[in-house]
Amino acid sequence: MNAIWRVFRKEFRENLRDRRSLIASLVIGPLLMPGLLAAALSIAIHHGGRESRHPVRLAVAHSRRAPNLLAFLRQFEVRLEPVKTSRAAARHWVRSRHEPLLYVPRDFGARLAAGRPASLRLYADESDRASQEVVGRVGRVIGLYGGAVARLRLMARGLDPLLLTPIVVHPIDISTPQSRSVLALGMLSYVILLTMLMGGLYVAIDATAGERERGSLEPLLTVPVEREQLVYGKMLAASAMMLLSLTLTVTAFALTLTHVGLDRLGMSVKFDAGVVATIVLYSLPLIPLGAALMTLVASFTRSYREAQTYVPLVLLIPTLPLMFASILGLRPSPALMAVPFLGQHFLIMSVLRGQPLPAVYAALSVGVSLLPGVALVWLAGRLYRREGLLG
Amino acid sequence: MIEARALVKRFGSVTAVDGVTLCAPDARITGLLGPNGAGKSTTLRMLYTVLAPDGGEAWIDGASVVREPIEARRRMGVLPHGAGLYPNLTARENILYFASLHGLPRGEARARARQLIGQLEMEEFADRAAKGFSQGQRLKTALARALIHRPRNVLLDEPTNGLDVMAVRTLRRLLRQLREQGHCILLSSHVMQEVTALCDAVIVIAHGRVIAMGAPDELRARAGAESLEEAFVRLIGLEGPESLS
Repeated sequence: MNAIWRVFRKEFRENLRDRRSLIASLVIGPLLMPGLLAAALSIAIHHGGRESRHPVRLAVAHSRRAPNLLAFLRQFEVRLEPVKTSRAAARHWVRSRHEPLLYVPRDFGARLAAGRPASLRLYADESDRASQEVVGRVGRVIGLYGGAVARLRLMARGLDPLLLTPIVVHPIDISTPQSRSVLALGMLSYVILLTMLMGGLYVAIDATAGERERGSLEPLLTVPVEREQLVYGKMLAASAMMLLSLTLTVTAFALTLTHVGLDRLGMSVKFDAGVVATIVLYSLPLIPLGAALMTLVASFTRSYREAQTYVPLVLLIPTLPLMFASILGLRPSPALMAVPFLGQHFLIMSVLRGQPLPAVYAALSVGVSLLPGVALVWLAGRLYRREGLLG
Repeated sequence: MIEARALVKRFGSVTAVDGVTLCAPDARITGLLGPNGAGKSTTLRMLYTVLAPDGGEAWIDGASVVREPIEARRRMGVLPHGAGLYPNLTARENILYFASLHGLPRGEARARARQLIGQLEMEEFADRAAKGFSQGQRLKTALARALIHRPRNVLLDEPTNGLDVMAVRTLRRLLRQLREQGHCILLSSHVMQEVTALCDAVIVIAHGRVIAMGAPDELRARAGAESLEEAFVRLIGLEGPESLS
């Protein structure tokens, strides 16, 4: 037992001294990811109501040729900017300025007055998302204007303008900030759990593949300590880094999300220290599983580089269900709670939404996470007895 | 004292060590001499319990490396081939880590580390991170690490490989000191001069078998050769001396 503690202390201390590892496990994951996700959430919340209201800009060539149409456009928050360009140069103008251009041909007024189709040319690069939005808006407004003109023409000929509108569809947007942020919020548990795993990644690799590559494994195996205890100590160090990384990440989320505005995200609880502690507590049972998994995979690789390739790849497998959970909108059920990582996802979401799950669900999740964890820890210990370990 | 009886080790279909029996007494420097791939390192690795023998037995001061490996490890200090350090720890911390794993009380470990650092002339770099150490500095640190628990038996695998003259001298002086204090020292080498200069007894290994053993002079006499080098070549039946170093 003492030896495990000594190995742990040394591995943990050495890891804290390694700048590269510290940045990877305690800065990029716990600080950068919550920041990015908060930004994504913030966009999701504010984006919805924005589209129809905020004005768009539209460059117009020969605006004098269509004064009524342009006045109509202005009413719908289209800011017109008269420019001078010939029809031949219009394409070039759009390409160089990256914004759409409405070109009013010389005969526009005359054809309109004569009751014949009058054409407008709307130049735009439709592969550009901002241009797409402008084209859509402008197209709709011009369509409205055309409809109004058509009705006036019918009325002038003594016909009922309603003949032109046999069907009316009313799209009603009921999206709320909460529903718009569902996907991004589902990412939260994914980020928390993946960052937790990543926190232990470096120690797990360094203590196994790294130790062998440096040639310090063989001397280590000559000390009067059972080999299992050595690897237990190493896994304990990885676990400690994971715990550190997990706590930091959840705390960072608490700070950034409170800033974004929790009520809009559909979180009915305050993201306070109690919630942070609960999320950490629910994620805790995954730590032995993660540490042992990474240590096992890294022990099988032949070199440090190989371990750096394979271990993160293996970590994708248990965390992949989380991606699908939020995309497919899965609801917690006993069967799903019994999937490690997925169960934690539901628990974390329930804490954030303030809708507690049955205690049985929590117990189930803890059990199915701890059990394979303990089994893998034992397996990693057995593996360290193999001679092949020396490579 | 280190004793081995009929040690066998196979890797797949290759028999690396094929019935090695040897004895390295206390207060002697015993050399395992043989060309590369003769089975020296594999023999040593079985003795210091990193590999388990497929046959035979070995004892470190009477503790069986097969049945009580932990007890055997307590009784020896090991300098494996190319012994690596922890780059983010200082030399002193590297040494103290092994002291703690050997179960030395902290105060005693510190005092012993200080003593070894003085003895091996390591003061200059003792508290620097091991990251940029030279070959010689690495060897000294690894040696101090191997000796921290005052082992009666010291095993060294090709200790002089890649060292400069000064470092080799320090090492030889230290090994002679240990011999005078009554320690049992067993080292492997493929360099003739090394063994002649240092060892009291030589065990010649080739193709996984012990071919001859005895004092350097005895071996010379037995092979009827002028120099130990010539004796060595005749004993192991090599074509020319160039394959030795």
